[in-house]
Amino acid sequence: MIDQIHTAREHAMARLAQATGSDDVRVIELEVLGKRGSLTDLKAGLGKLATIEEKKAAGQALNEATAAVADALQARLAEFRRAERAVQLEVERLDLTEIMRKPGRGHAHVVTQAWQRLEDVFIGLGFQVAEGPEVETDWYNFEALNMPADHPARSMHDTFYVDHGTPGSTVLRTHTSPVQIRVMQQLTPPIYMIMPGRVFRNETTDATHLAVFHQIEGLVIDRGITLADLAGTIESFTKAFFGEGFTSRLRPSYFPFTEPSAEFDIRTPKGDWLELGGCGMVHPNVLRAGGIDPEEYSGFAFGFGIDRMAKERHAIGDVREMYTNDIRFLEQF
Amino acid sequence: MKIVHSWLNELVPVGDGVDQAVVDHVADVITNVGLAVEDVVRVGASVKGVITARVVKTERHPEAAKVHRVYVDSGDGIERHVWCGAFNMQPGDVIPLATPGTVMPDGRAIEPKPILGLQSDGMLCSASELGLGTDHSGILILPAGTPLGLPYGEALGLGEEVVYDIDVLRNRPDAFGHLGVARDVAAKLGLALAAAPVLPAAQHPARTATVDLVDGDRCPRFTSLVIGGVTVTASPDWMQRRLTAAGMRPINNVVDVSNYVMLETNQPNHAYDFDTLGGGGFRVRLAREGETIVTLDDAERTLTADDLLICDATDRPIGIAGIMGGQNTEISDSTTTSALEAAWFEPAAIMRSALRLGLRSEASARFERGMDPMGIDRGVARFVDLLALTCPDLVVHAGAVDARAPQLPVPPVLRVRPARVSALLGTAFDVAAITALIQAIGFECTPQGDDLDVAVPSWRPDCTMEIDIVEEVARLYGYARLGKTVPKSTLPGGLSPMQQRRRRLREVLLGLGLSEAMPHPFLTAGELEKAGLAAEAVRLVNPLVVGDDLLRTSLRPGLLKAIAFNESHRRTGVALFEIGHVYPPSTDVLPAEYEALGVVLAGADATDAVAIWRELATAMGWGARLDQGNVPAGMHPARSATLSLGKDAIGSVGEVHPDVAEAFDVAERVAVLELNLTVLLAAEPKVAQWKATGRFPSSDLDLAFVVPLTVAAEKVDKAIRQAAGGLLVDLSLFDVYRGTGLPEGSRSLAYRLRLQSLERTLTDDDVAQLRAKVEAATKKMGAVLRG
Repeated sequence: MIDQIHTAREHAMARLAQATGSDDVRVIELEVLGKRGSLTDLKAGLGKLATIEEKKAAGQALNEATAAVADALQARLAEFRRAERAVQLEVERLDLTEIMRKPGRGHAHVVTQAWQRLEDVFIGLGFQVAEGPEVETDWYNFEALNMPADHPARSMHDTFYVDHGTPGSTVLRTHTSPVQIRVMQQLTPPIYMIMPGRVFRNETTDATHLAVFHQIEGLVIDRGITLADLAGTIESFTKAFFGEGFTSRLRPSYFPFTEPSAEFDIRTPKGDWLELGGCGMVHPNVLRAGGIDPEEYSGFAFGFGIDRMAKERHAIGDVREMYTNDIRFLEQF
Repeated sequence: MKIVHSWLNELVPVGDGVDQAVVDHVADVITNVGLAVEDVVRVGASVKGVITARVVKTERHPEAAKVHRVYVDSGDGIERHVWCGAFNMQPGDVIPLATPGTVMPDGRAIEPKPILGLQSDGMLCSASELGLGTDHSGILILPAGTPLGLPYGEALGLGEEVVYDIDVLRNRPDAFGHLGVARDVAAKLGLALAAAPVLPAAQHPARTATVDLVDGDRCPRFTSLVIGGVTVTASPDWMQRRLTAAGMRPINNVVDVSNYVMLETNQPNHAYDFDTLGGGGFRVRLAREGETIVTLDDAERTLTADDLLICDATDRPIGIAGIMGGQNTEISDSTTTSALEAAWFEPAAIMRSALRLGLRSEASARFERGMDPMGIDRGVARFVDLLALTCPDLVVHAGAVDARAPQLPVPPVLRVRPARVSALLGTAFDVAAITALIQAIGFECTPQGDDLDVAVPSWRPDCTMEIDIVEEVARLYGYARLGKTVPKSTLPGGLSPMQQRRRRLREVLLGLGLSEAMPHPFLTAGELEKAGLAAEAVRLVNPLVVGDDLLRTSLRPGLLKAIAFNESHRRTGVALFEIGHVYPPSTDVLPAEYEALGVVLAGADATDAVAIWRELATAMGWGARLDQGNVPAGMHPARSATLSLGKDAIGSVGEVHPDVAEAFDVAERVAVLELNLTVLLAAEPKVAQWKATGRFPSSDLDLAFVVPLTVAAEKVDKAIRQAAGGLLVDLSLFDVYRGTGLPEGSRSLAYRLRLQSLERTLTDDDVAQLRAKVEAATKKMGAVLRG
């Protein structure tokens, strides 16, 4: 019996060694360990042995043989599975550059992108965001901003007049500054607000000028606000938006709604100065129009173009291109 | 405004403009006092490499019709040949020769260029090519006897001038004259300003040009002075050079002095021929409606009763006050006696007249900003001073007139609080510091306790409030020296909830593959009707382009134009959105402006637009009723619906009417979604609440129904949900079939119901019961469960 067990074991081992695939292994498993398997048959024969000792010896040998064959089976199977998986994986090989175009993400407009980047920088500096109507009354657009009728500075604004109400009473806002007045009327200081939005100028468009474009304006009103605070805020913005290597300066200028007024320029790391926008201390007449006592509070305001930020960032040669709605343009950004 | 360096240097000793360091410094100073220098140019300088040469002979070439060969001698004995396209020179003429290597003012480099195989050793130059005026009719012929081989500038005695082009701000009318700029520069650099000229003593016999101020409110000061011994001749070279550099054409000594005085002292003035002045005097009155005058520029001008006229004493119009003189009393070569007018006009009225007449002159540009009412005296003295240079026999006649009306402005005295100045500028300024800064530009300061009384000089009409003085202090002290501090905001920065929702909306739209368009908000007449929308819209009074004058009431026309544009560039299937304002008419103070969302999907059908709406509604927590029975204007009657919130329409969804697509030259089907964001973004959306996902297995039940076309899928949907109750965790329509095998007027809708219990594994019996309930419920509405 022991010999038979050995023979069956050796035979099974030899066949496993010759197996060429996992299917072979499964056949061998059936033939050796299955219901009619060679070792299984021998197990059935144990009862016919004469002595306890014989039974014990044969039983032990049979268990060892069964365990050894089962281990060998598993090992061979694992070996074949690895090889077969390797073959299968290679069969599945893809060329990852064979890509057919599928509908992709949408593209936010360049102006929106610039707008949101600006908003985010100012939010980081502690500002909130206000909005207002694009069609405005003459009062909000001019009069409340220290530009009464016949004020010479009105000629600096090429205004679109709107046929609404009494003639001359309604305009397309020429700047975002009317929102300043609305904000002042609605809130009590402290006010730290930016006001982005669409504005309109009745001037012929060319590669660098548009009749419809976007501005962002800032307004700070609090107790004890100074011109130095304005310069410092512009400086913080410059570094946060353009980068640490940039600095800013204020140059005296004139706007009816601020005094003292200034232009602000930024200096690139290369040393070039770029004119960016206008700013100044809010004129006492403007504070009064907004219902704020200029003896108690002071403030500053600043503003500049959003479209130009997009133009400069992406080196867009002609600003008019931004408003063609040409998908070939929109998809570039 | 062009400021000439040598001129400025005469008024304040800043240094010679030959030195570039001086020029750079002056430019910086001018900029830092608020008169931005936009450009600094050197004019009248010789172009390097252009030398004088003599024409030896000229020679035609049989094969060259438009050019000839000119043999020139530049004094070095070498004969050079130059091809030339101008024929105005004779042998012996001295001409400017640009030698090879010269870079012309327009950037052109001169190279030896062969024509017909023959070299050209340079180029002969016209006046305009050298930047000496506009004459390009021929080669510049230099005076006979000019030495050869010299830089032509040296040969011509040209002087170089440095010119600062400055941007004069609205609040600085005084800076339209060299004197005003010089005053700021002198204060900033601590230099002395040139003394004012003094009018020489008047001589007898007295001669008077009378002045009758009929409408004195419009002209509160008018002076006249009769000057004899005038000889009309050319001005000195230096004056001509400065006037040219400042952008004015020299004419004769009288006109030139008039212009020179204006550019220097900022006082416009007019010299009349006294002998042609009817009645020997002036009369200042408003024009009669329709009255005409021929101005110096030969144009006949028709006036209104709001225009002010200068007339002679016989009431004949001789000039439009403050704007332009008339032709009839112009100085001529035979003028020997001149009547000099210098006046102050009411600024706003001059602006109105200049605008109405479309006639802005150097004088009107100054008067409309507000001149110095006391600057007349310095202007007149300077006029006499300068005219005497070319008229040795000049006589200032006694009998000058200085007519005034009570409307002549009197400069204010302002109370200035140093504490206030310091608080606004963030740097401490006391009485002495303020006085030191502003007294230098003519503001007289008188201490009043801790404060100051500041007398504004007559040339600064912009200063009317304390805050104006704050600016003067800041300007003269220097903005850069005021430092940079950051105010401490006690508020949290951030977007409002509405603004946050708008950003979320935009992100979802972008994620859905839509790109953002920004069409023009103006529409032309007919475009709203083309889009099938109501024609009523708010109009622009003064559109940029005639006809481009409607304010949009919908985003749809602009987006359809965008689709058409892209189709015409072979880009079909474009999916765009816009978030922008629309401006429907209203009887309120302002139009009924609101923010809208527009989505257009080219080559898509209505259900694609509804799918976008559903995605947005889920993402944004919006709910609205889709009402296909209410077809929005301009939309496909069988493929669109109104979106309503309560009774209010808040949008539309579907496809544009094929007629509309056609009218916009769009070939594809266009699916559209339009929403009123002002309403939708204002509402606080419901925050999604957690639902348990369950751990017991789910089972799917697929049911197909035959449903009459008159019953909306939405209804079947609702019936299934109600019947299935809490066990239904997901319902999706996965197949729609129309065609053979179905009763007429119906279609098949196939749904997959995913069923799951939170408490146990569902049995076959549970599913069967639910199926029966659904079947019963749908049957009631005519939806019959198939097979």
